[in-house]
Amino acid sequence: MDIGLDGGFSEPVRQAQSSFRAIMDAFANPGTVQKFAHLAPAHGLLQGELVSTLLTLSDQDTPIWLSGKLRQTPGMEDFVAFHTGAPLVSETGHAVFAFAGAADELPDLDRFNPGTQEYPDRSTTIVLAVTAFAGGDELVIRGPGIRDQRTISPIGLPRNFVAQWAANRALFPRGVDLLLVAGGAVMGLPRSTRIAEGQ
Amino acid sequence: MNATAQYNFAYLDEQTKRMIRRAILKAIAIPGYQVPFSSREMPMPYGWGTGGVQVTASIIGPDDVLKVIDQGADDTTNAVSIRAFFAKVAQVATTTHTGEATIIQTRHRIPERALGPGQTLVYQVPIPEPLRFLEPRETETRKMHALEEYGLMHVKLYEDIARHGRIATTYAYPVKVEGRYVMDPSPTPKFDNPKMHMSEALQLFGAGREHRIYAVPPHTEVVSLDFEDHPFAIQHFEEPCALCGAEQVYLDEVILDDAGGHMYVCSDTDNCETRRAAGHVGALGVREAAE
Repeated sequence: MDIGLDGGFSEPVRQAQSSFRAIMDAFANPGTVQKFAHLAPAHGLLQGELVSTLLTLSDQDTPIWLSGKLRQTPGMEDFVAFHTGAPLVSETGHAVFAFAGAADELPDLDRFNPGTQEYPDRSTTIVLAVTAFAGGDELVIRGPGIRDQRTISPIGLPRNFVAQWAANRALFPRGVDLLLVAGGAVMGLPRSTRIAEGQ
Repeated sequence: MNATAQYNFAYLDEQTKRMIRRAILKAIAIPGYQVPFSSREMPMPYGWGTGGVQVTASIIGPDDVLKVIDQGADDTTNAVSIRAFFAKVAQVATTTHTGEATIIQTRHRIPERALGPGQTLVYQVPIPEPLRFLEPRETETRKMHALEEYGLMHVKLYEDIARHGRIATTYAYPVKVEGRYVMDPSPTPKFDNPKMHMSEALQLFGAGREHRIYAVPPHTEVVSLDFEDHPFAIQHFEEPCALCGAEQVYLDEVILDDAGGHMYVCSDTDNCETRRAAGHVGALGVREAAE
């Protein structure tokens, strides 16, 4: 069934601002859980957290990659086009933002654009819905934004995540940034974060 | 509600805010790296803080409390006009008290009072590229950052020593962020450099004319460049603030007459006022009237 165009922010200016601050605080304080003050309604398979992030950050300047499962939802392309104007791309390396509703929908991190050594900002930010922020295997993270160290334990990370993330970190300043979403909140793992121990 | 057209919240249009917000996120993810952004015309001239204003406009929300300082002072033209600008276009609360502010936009100072978690310091930056006066070509400086080739900067500091016997750079003193990027801390006195190191606040830098945004997340290593035999040192003042008696703060010299008379006063006006209200009096100060 077509999911239609309804949804999005009811107050776009205020809600985009408060959502951005949650995302900014998440990246500035990796591993912390930052609540969205207002959550856009879910849209088909696109959870509310993914919709909020999509509407907050993307527009006609940001090619977007949607996981195959999300993209196959009837009406999804119209929804993204109507609310953001962002072009959809099927090539992971061309995406400014990548959205996935679960880790098994996501290709390996190195399939996305890490930027260049001169312009490391021209990279993909991956937005991944996880099951929960706590209860999974414990990972100890360090890096900018973290005093000493912080322990996180999200459920639903990509497979071989520790190894994949280490490879991503080794590219620094290139690399992808990861935004995890669940339960009306967001957790940031910028490329500068190192996983010190775990799994 | 009047009938005339209103500016969008915080002046900028939403697409511009999204573009700046994306640049801020990249800047936070790559501490010290200058992210290019499409700087807009603002209703004030370049050089008056258009970069800082655009960053502030993109992050500010109705619940924020804004403080704006210019060389440490809340009451100078640039600070007053930017504060009034946001009070008008974003209807936010403003303050002069460092502790009450959630966003502090600054031109060339870091407040004396240590910033806390949840506070954001937004710097107005004239020239973001620390290597620019050594290498005018953007293609070359970009390559130098890419290759982490910062020898030229050390040569510059070395030439200071050869010529003056010490590192003579006193403001915009280059720092290395998280062991990777050499960054211009904007023309803050080097006195403020140690405050950037492991700060609890998020630090965002906006250069409007030069179209660059960069950032230092909280708890990030910020090290001033130096040599083993010429270690980095901040300015030292011989006398305390003449009004509040504060030591270990950055002081401005104020000329009192044309016969060489002068006094040193706190550059951070909020810090000075808070101290005087608490009863501290300097050599030339007047005890606050008891209320």
